Amino acid sequence: MSKNAPSGPLPRWMELGLLPLLNLLLALVVSGLVIVAIGENPFDALVSLVQGAVGSEEGIGYTLYYATDMIFVGLAVAMAFHCGMFNIGCEGQAYVAGLGVALVCLYLDFLPWFIVVPIAMIGGIVFGALWAAIPGWLQARRGSHIVITTIMFNFISYAMMNYLLVHVLIKRGQMSPESRTFAPHTALPMMDSALGAIGIHITETPLNTSIFWAIACLVFVWLFLWHTRWGYAIRVVGTNPKAAVYGGIEPGRQIIIAMILSGALVSGVAINEVMGAQQKLQIGFTEGYGFTGIAVALMGRNHPFGILLASLLFGALIQGGGALSFDMPNISREMVWVIQGLVILFTGALESMFRPALTRFAASLKARATEPAKAA
Amino acid sequence: MADNTMGTSPAHSSGTPPAIELRGIDKRFGAVHANKSIDLVVERGHIHGIVGENGAGKSTLMSILYGFYEADAGEILVNGEAVRITESRDAIRHGIGMVHQHFMLVDVFTVIENVILGAEDGPLLRESVARARRSLKELAEKYHLEVDPDAVVGQLPVGAQQRVEILKALYRSAEILILDEPTGVLTPQEADHLFRVLARLRDEGKTIILITHKLREIMAITDRVSVMRQGQMVAHRVTKETSPAELGELMVGRKIVTQISRANKAPGETRLTVEKLQVRDPNGVERVKGVSFSVRGGEIVGIAGVSGNGQTELLEALSGIRRPSNGTIAVSGQTIFPAAQYAPHILAHHKVRHVPEDRQRMGLVTAFTATECMMLGDEDDPAYHQKNGILIDWQKVAKDAATKMSAFDVRPMAPGLKTANFSGGNQQKIILAREMERNPDVLLVGQPTRGVDIGAIEFIHRRLLAMRDLGKAILLVSVELDEIFALSDRILVMFDGHIVGEVPAAEANEKKLGLLMAGVTQDAAE
Repeated sequence: MSKNAPSGPLPRWMELGLLPLLNLLLALVVSGLVIVAIGENPFDALVSLVQGAVGSEEGIGYTLYYATDMIFVGLAVAMAFHCGMFNIGCEGQAYVAGLGVALVCLYLDFLPWFIVVPIAMIGGIVFGALWAAIPGWLQARRGSHIVITTIMFNFISYAMMNYLLVHVLIKRGQMSPESRTFAPHTALPMMDSALGAIGIHITETPLNTSIFWAIACLVFVWLFLWHTRWGYAIRVVGTNPKAAVYGGIEPGRQIIIAMILSGALVSGVAINEVMGAQQKLQIGFTEGYGFTGIAVALMGRNHPFGILLASLLFGALIQGGGALSFDMPNISREMVWVIQGLVILFTGALESMFRPALTRFAASLKARATEPAKAA
Repeated sequence: MADNTMGTSPAHSSGTPPAIELRGIDKRFGAVHANKSIDLVVERGHIHGIVGENGAGKSTLMSILYGFYEADAGEILVNGEAVRITESRDAIRHGIGMVHQHFMLVDVFTVIENVILGAEDGPLLRESVARARRSLKELAEKYHLEVDPDAVVGQLPVGAQQRVEILKALYRSAEILILDEPTGVLTPQEADHLFRVLARLRDEGKTIILITHKLREIMAITDRVSVMRQGQMVAHRVTKETSPAELGELMVGRKIVTQISRANKAPGETRLTVEKLQVRDPNGVERVKGVSFSVRGGEIVGIAGVSGNGQTELLEALSGIRRPSNGTIAVSGQTIFPAAQYAPHILAHHKVRHVPEDRQRMGLVTAFTATECMMLGDEDDPAYHQKNGILIDWQKVAKDAATKMSAFDVRPMAPGLKTANFSGGNQQKIILAREMERNPDVLLVGQPTRGVDIGAIEFIHRRLLAMRDLGKAILLVSVELDEIFALSDRILVMFDGHIVGEVPAAEANEKKLGLLMAGVTQDAAE
């Protein structure tokens, strides 16, 4: 019994492989129908989308660049989720983290690169973490629901950043609300120049070295949540707060810690965008990735490995979608959002749709496997 | 399969068809074969008991009858007619009602609103309410099911809430009532009341299926009894012709010892001293109102009382979960409360460990594996960490879990299995293993055998007594008087937040304790 005992309703390969694949397939079928409805060939569209995402060095570069953002947000959502919270304030936290990065890059650029680059990253992390810590504190100590407060904090961050960019940080003598471009030595190296330095030449894309930070974060979250006592405490609070209290773990404390970590993780978006791709602070640089990342976490089952795969998929969708609307003018940018929305709908919100059928299928497979053994 | 010694054959000799007949019911959940070709006949106008250990398949069988699950194979006959029950609506239509172990009531609604919920006559409630009021009055008079129809359900005592559940079923004109472990949450008095109601219902021609693991209840109230073991129906008996010993043996599959012999031993030094302890619940209501007692090494002090008289809050305060509002607590002569820092891990440091009343919601994280749960409360112990002090050494934790689980005979011996997938008794053993193998000086135990099967009860009682014989101090809170009698050296009775009496185990009997539990003072009781 020991090893074959049912540890869940579905075998692992179905839970992590087949189920997401079926959901994705269904999303593609429905998207195809939408494309048929507007009079285009869905197969051409699919080819264009895939080609755009992974068909060229440039496409791959952009896909990975978008995936970097998705990894950070996905991890941030997962971290809060494992403590029993739904952090939908990633957008605002990333935005404020961008301020932290920019302040360092703008005002401490007299320092040499090996000092200013880590400080700028830390600046982003601290700002993002603090912005997330306030709703965390409110939840833990005042019982204000995290979903409500993080939404409100998104709006506060938009207003605050608007004001700062329009009135304070704006480069004098220009119309668009953005800071001046950072001094080159304060920014993160782009991937093409980084690889160029060791003799590998790739096409220039916004892909930059922050992707290594994303990978480090993936490993960190995995180790932290499943292999440290601190992560254990967070998971106990997230699954059974009463048991946590019984075991001497104070839930409020863990909630604040989890939100700080969540904000710290999502600040990676600011590092990727502000410090890497754009090298200046622009209005609305987060582009809604803080919301798309929620679907990434859902699809990735809040596990770093799943989040990695889901991030690559969403990176490809964002990049491929752009290419698609370029190739097929009938399919507008908005149409591409519809397709992305369908993928989110079927892989995120409706992710359990096939579960009952699959569970029956798994049970029948098992029965078929055990019966001949019994007969023999 | 079933060994049948009933006077009548399952095909019933009398003219009227049985109220319920199950033929060859079979149900699998993945690899688990929960019901193996079950046959059951329930005669009309009978109280039919179904006993079995946890995990024997009783609840699955009843869920199939009530339409929560669909059987893989087999037939259901109601009043002799084959019926298809795929959802509870079908069951209700065929006159089957169910009173669940955990009530399905809306706490903020009144009794009458709960009763008509889902059985409204039309879009306007007024007429439904009026009709329900009349019919509730009739039902209450007929079956002694008195409940104030306008009381808010959440404010009613548990026994009254259960009566609302029964009323709900009767209001939907149920002829066959299924009760799943109905006395688990009741005081002895409330249980007696329930049995009077059930007897009355039977006399009025209703059929009752009573699922329980308490043999005493089976003997007291049922006409017939069926025994399940490991998914099979192993025997049917006429209650008058059987005995608790026989039923217990059929349930467990071997002889069981109900009375465990205990060594006479003089208690040692005082381990736990509680003085004038006051505890408030989260709403600020004082639930423990100045309680003083002590527990010495080598003795088990039992706290008896009707559930809800402050025992839960007392245990929570002593274990550090809830901060007392006043009073002192000392462990082995050292004052640990009042103190700035008062929490479970501080008590653990003073070698006080706690087996909580609610194992699923407090003692375990049921989504975690047994290995993960074995570390709960001790995750800071360096023995569980790798040399770097940062990462958990899961191999060590798993090894530790396996050792402790085998010491407590946890089945299946699968540390990697989620604790939700263990039976109640084995979940409890996992918690006991975790807390007792840490070798505490003081063990606080709440309801150690609630919802636990007989075999496991015997095992757990033995372990607690063995610990007492090792000179440990044990404070036992239980609403099961049998358990209090079987284990305690001294018995304290709690009523309304006070300790209203202390009785040495040798002088205790059910009547004496019953009066104290009902709030009659000790002087009057003697």
